[in-house]
Amino acid sequence: MGLSSILVIAAVFSIFNFGFKQGIDFVGGTLWEVKSDVKIVQSVLPKEAMVTPGSNNSLLVRLPELSETDHQKYVEEIKKQDSQFEELSFESIGPAVGQELRKKAVYAFIAVLLIISLYIAFAFRKVSFPVKSWKYGVVTLVTLFHDALVPAGLMAFLGSLNNIEVGTNFIVALLVVMGFSVHDTIVVFDRIRENIKLEKSRNFHFANLVNRSVNETMARSINTSLTLVLVLVALLFLGSANLYYFVLVILVGTVMGTYSSIFVASPLLTLLTKN
Amino acid sequence: MKPRPIFLVVLVLVLTVLAGLFIYPETFDKYYKFANWKLGLDLVGGSHLVYEVDLSSVASSDRDSVVNGLRDVIERRVNLFGVSEPQVYLSKAGNAHRLVVELAGIKDVKAAIEQIGATPFLYFAIPQQGLTGETEAGEVRQLTTYRQTELTGRYISSAKLEFDPTTGAPQISLVFNNEGADIFETLTEQQVGKPLAIFLDNQLIQEPIVQEKISGGRAQITGRFTVKEAKQLVERFNAGALPAPIKLINQQTIGASLGGDSLQKTVWAGIIGTLIVMAFMTLYYRGLGLVAALALLIYTLLTLAIFKLFGVTMTLAGIAGFILSIGMAVDANILAFERRKEELRKGLSKATAMEEGFRRAWPSIRDSNVTTIITALVLYYVTTGFVRGFALTLLIGVLMSMFSAITVSRALLRTFLRNNA
Repeated sequence: MGLSSILVIAAVFSIFNFGFKQGIDFVGGTLWEVKSDVKIVQSVLPKEAMVTPGSNNSLLVRLPELSETDHQKYVEEIKKQDSQFEELSFESIGPAVGQELRKKAVYAFIAVLLIISLYIAFAFRKVSFPVKSWKYGVVTLVTLFHDALVPAGLMAFLGSLNNIEVGTNFIVALLVVMGFSVHDTIVVFDRIRENIKLEKSRNFHFANLVNRSVNETMARSINTSLTLVLVLVALLFLGSANLYYFVLVILVGTVMGTYSSIFVASPLLTLLTKN
Repeated sequence: MKPRPIFLVVLVLVLTVLAGLFIYPETFDKYYKFANWKLGLDLVGGSHLVYEVDLSSVASSDRDSVVNGLRDVIERRVNLFGVSEPQVYLSKAGNAHRLVVELAGIKDVKAAIEQIGATPFLYFAIPQQGLTGETEAGEVRQLTTYRQTELTGRYISSAKLEFDPTTGAPQISLVFNNEGADIFETLTEQQVGKPLAIFLDNQLIQEPIVQEKISGGRAQITGRFTVKEAKQLVERFNAGALPAPIKLINQQTIGASLGGDSLQKTVWAGIIGTLIVMAFMTLYYRGLGLVAALALLIYTLLTLAIFKLFGVTMTLAGIAGFILSIGMAVDANILAFERRKEELRKGLSKATAMEEGFRRAWPSIRDSNVTTIITALVLYYVTTGFVRGFALTLLIGVLMSMFSAITVSRALLRTFLRNNA
């Protein structure tokens, strides 16, 4: 659990220190990807426009919300100076919509966290000894939170380093991480449940049983995550550049998920049985 | 008696081959209409526009019908753009009513936005003499303000361009629907001898004096417009005068080149990813792994066929969701295989060990899939537009993979094990 705590602290520090670079999905504004000469673009656009290199040999322009008339005006002016100008994508979101998305994102996060934890508590309702079934749910909740926290910290760090922005995709990725990372935890808990049933008397050493369960299920835990990781790595390096950070978050989260089911969930469960 | 697994295997294989042919582009596309992949805007290129509808002047009981009428009007407009399968639909965010327009493959977004926004908002107003004020020349004049009435473009059922028989000047004759006719009757009765103003997009276009009460819901607009202008107005009225004003609050436009590139790369990544997983399974679990790899291939083809069959719109995020479900599809097999190893160690026969493997691994398989389904459902309800595709493909993928793991894999294994045992 030591390494885990370090990562968690680093993640929390990262989030509070750097904050998230909120993309237009949440604060509103304009995101414009173009292929053109950077100097021309900068000269045409107002000062508050931020121009950074994009992932498709392009320029990524960030502006406050732009009306369609202004948008076309800028296009005309840039075209005058650069006939090769190509617009790859244009996205403009009003601030009201952005706020809505932010609220929805938070609700979704909490909803998934709670529902999954409740489901686990329910699925393990018949195993009340030596750990009450709701405790399985609590441990799951903490583990999920931990699994989402580390990739979030990474994004906060990347946000301050490379201006990588956080949008709806990021929230989706976090939710996916939570939905997947619980699989490994389930596998271990399942084994724990089975081993408890096999115990002849009520006098057994829970911590040892947990340990044994973890060892017995390690191979399958790692393999199931591995197949997902293989696919994610393929997507990361070969897939569309637009998905890069989305896939990265899921990848980091999945790895953390496997790690946490072995080194976080089980020890926590043991801790909760100490009277 | 349970049917022999070999029949199931043959059935599945036949279905898979059919599926493969179905999804491979161009092979049979000419033979049926629904054969084309429905690709999302972010892959084909196009525009996703969100408008906010201003319902401040509409009574809350009427809101639903106004908003539906608005949707019809905009859809008629949009159908003239020549975009294949434009989508116009309503959505609600809290109390705000929104209108979403999706134009896949549109070439000139700028023109489209202009035309959608240009749908005129017509209303009738009653002029009222009121405050006095000074003009530039220093004269003191009475200013006229206008009180908007409830008679708006919503009540117009058709418009026609006609020419005055005497002067040859163009005029527009409007026909109101039943409700509109009643309102118009009341208004004209009220205003006999007085002017009734007609506004189009907040510009006064005419202020005729009402001669008499007009029943029957027909009106004529004459004014100083050219034939061309009159024709344009008539077209717009017929495409539908807007029942309520709209404002563009959200725009997402993706150029076709970016979309095509993304699609290619991601599909390629998916293929490679699938092959890697298949290789891993075969290397680690040998013979059984090969069967699992085969089951994975079957799963992939069948699920893609379902996407195509049901016209699921594939966005970039959607494809990613499907690829992720591929990564998870073998999990059930892994759990069962690992379990089988344990059962073998206990001394069970190969066939029984496999059965036990599946049986005892089932709770884990079930719970894992349920949690993924929960996540996919939450995502589906919370997201809109392109990202929603991810939730949908993930959901369908997981459901199909559960089916594939339980039926297909087991049937395949039973058949092969029978032959080997």
